[in-house]
Amino acid sequence: MNVVEASGLGKRYGRTWALRECTLQIPAGRVAALVGPNGAGKSTLLNLAVGLSVPSAGAVTVLGGRPAGSPAALDGIAFVAQDTPLYKNLSVADMIYVTRSLNRRFDRRYAKARLGELGIPLTRRAGRLSGGQQAQLALTLALARRPRLLILDEPVAMLDPVARHDFMATVLAAAAGDGMSVLLSSHVLTELERVASYLILLARGQVRLAGEVADLLATHGQASLEELAMTYLLETHTPAVPR
Amino acid sequence: MTALTMPARPDADDASLRPLPWRRMAGVTWRQHRIALAAVAVLLGALAVWLWITGTPLHHAYAAAVACHPAGSAACQSLAGTFNGMNDRMAGGTTPGGVLLQLVPVLIGAFAGAPVLARELETGTFRYTWTQGFSRCRWALAKLVLLAVALAAATGAAGALVSWYYQPYFAPSSAALHLNEMSPFETLFILRGVAFPAWTMAAFTIGALAGMLIRRVVPAIIATLAVYAGLAVATAGLLRERYLTPLLTANPNPPGTAWTISQWWTKDGRFAFASPPLSLINQFCSAPPAGRGKNAPFGTFAQCLAPHGYSQWTSYQPASRFWPFQWIEGGWLLVLSALLIAATIWLVRRRAA
Repeated sequence: MNVVEASGLGKRYGRTWALRECTLQIPAGRVAALVGPNGAGKSTLLNLAVGLSVPSAGAVTVLGGRPAGSPAALDGIAFVAQDTPLYKNLSVADMIYVTRSLNRRFDRRYAKARLGELGIPLTRRAGRLSGGQQAQLALTLALARRPRLLILDEPVAMLDPVARHDFMATVLAAAAGDGMSVLLSSHVLTELERVASYLILLARGQVRLAGEVADLLATHGQASLEELAMTYLLETHTPAVPR
Repeated sequence: MTALTMPARPDADDASLRPLPWRRMAGVTWRQHRIALAAVAVLLGALAVWLWITGTPLHHAYAAAVACHPAGSAACQSLAGTFNGMNDRMAGGTTPGGVLLQLVPVLIGAFAGAPVLARELETGTFRYTWTQGFSRCRWALAKLVLLAVALAAATGAAGALVSWYYQPYFAPSSAALHLNEMSPFETLFILRGVAFPAWTMAAFTIGALAGMLIRRVVPAIIATLAVYAGLAVATAGLLRERYLTPLLTANPNPPGTAWTISQWWTKDGRFAFASPPLSLINQFCSAPPAGRGKNAPFGTFAQCLAPHGYSQWTSYQPASRFWPFQWIEGGWLLVLSALLIAATIWLVRRRAA
């Protein structure tokens, strides 16, 4: 099963194409990294996959052919958007209540245990938590929904190194625990080295490279993900310069 | 950092599941909007207390004046004078209190309605809410309907209290007892009966749609106030008087509770003028007939001009049409609110981030 499947997918804002001719299949059970410089179309692709955007061209389905954004699709997907939006004036307990009410599955015991472990008080307003705590709260709410696919848009961009590490550890543990697939976007390549098993490289609204990390490294003869990505990104940025 | 292990996912495939029950939105809506709802409750509560404090002596004075017997006695005149002398600051739509009160529906509607969607779009929380298992169209519909009904219930109760306050002025026995009368149409029509909740609901749904279109809270509130003002002025000035064909009378003294739409004069069955020109008044009415001093000026003119072939016509809405008018206005505002909610949901459905 493919957790995300796009064919000829495109999104245009006015006269600019944020994403163009995007065709890819992300297989289940992977931690897939969506990599590319700022403005490459990462958020656009993720928004299309969760149904927050409507494609200008092509189509995208999730979880084995469910139309993106349909109730059946959103039932199995948890999405943590960039800057982890939460209702700032609601308490942590209220955020749990709201998320539980809006979903078929919600593991309240897991959510409470996890927040207790992180030292996030249930009575505090979400807006008064630190940036790292807000990110952890958003992630905990997403994981407690027991999704089949977890989508994270720039999850660690705003976090300090320790919070980054904690955040990614939580994601990996959950993924390893019950076979949840993960799709995360980032422009911080070093963070992905340890976690990603599948790579999608985006630049200027187009897919440059996609495949299993191990295969890509073997085929392209690079030692690390970062080197591989950099090679491709430099190439697309300065096409005229001979290597 | 230790990571909690998770038990197996309960149900594996869920492509053909039934939608989540609507009732789940009740608690969600309450938690998100309890501050706004509490503010509305405080505002209406203060209004109720004020109406009760000023209305109780008014009703007592009216009851005393009506119960007094015989009606012509000096004691009864004095009681009637007490009632008439109760300076009602809220009477009519143009007194300061009346103007202030007429803002209540739009204030409630704009401040409760505009942020419902505008805040989600402004702060980005729609990215959280619209990616949960509860479909975003059903989420928006449930929220808007629940809030509209809650606001309608609260303002409906307040509207009943405002109706009670003004009751003495519309009673049929008042004219005979020389008590003050008012037209129920010209006295805070939109704050009584079903009009109060209907206008509040209209303001709320205008606010919700404006919030969805403008996507920012403060501009959406301002737009709501402007659109509502236009609608309210057009309704009061043009639309309301046409709900039913006005009655026509040649009686120079229509009932005190009537809502006068227009007055004109005819001579020999043809239109003469809207109001008698000064020359004519000087010619025929320079010496008012004795013993008529108490009458209204129009009555006086009518009496001195009638012998010369002029008759005064008045088109008016009788006070007995108050409830039909309330239901007509409530009805079309309800339809308007439903259409605005439908338009808002349609925008939620097709909005692209």
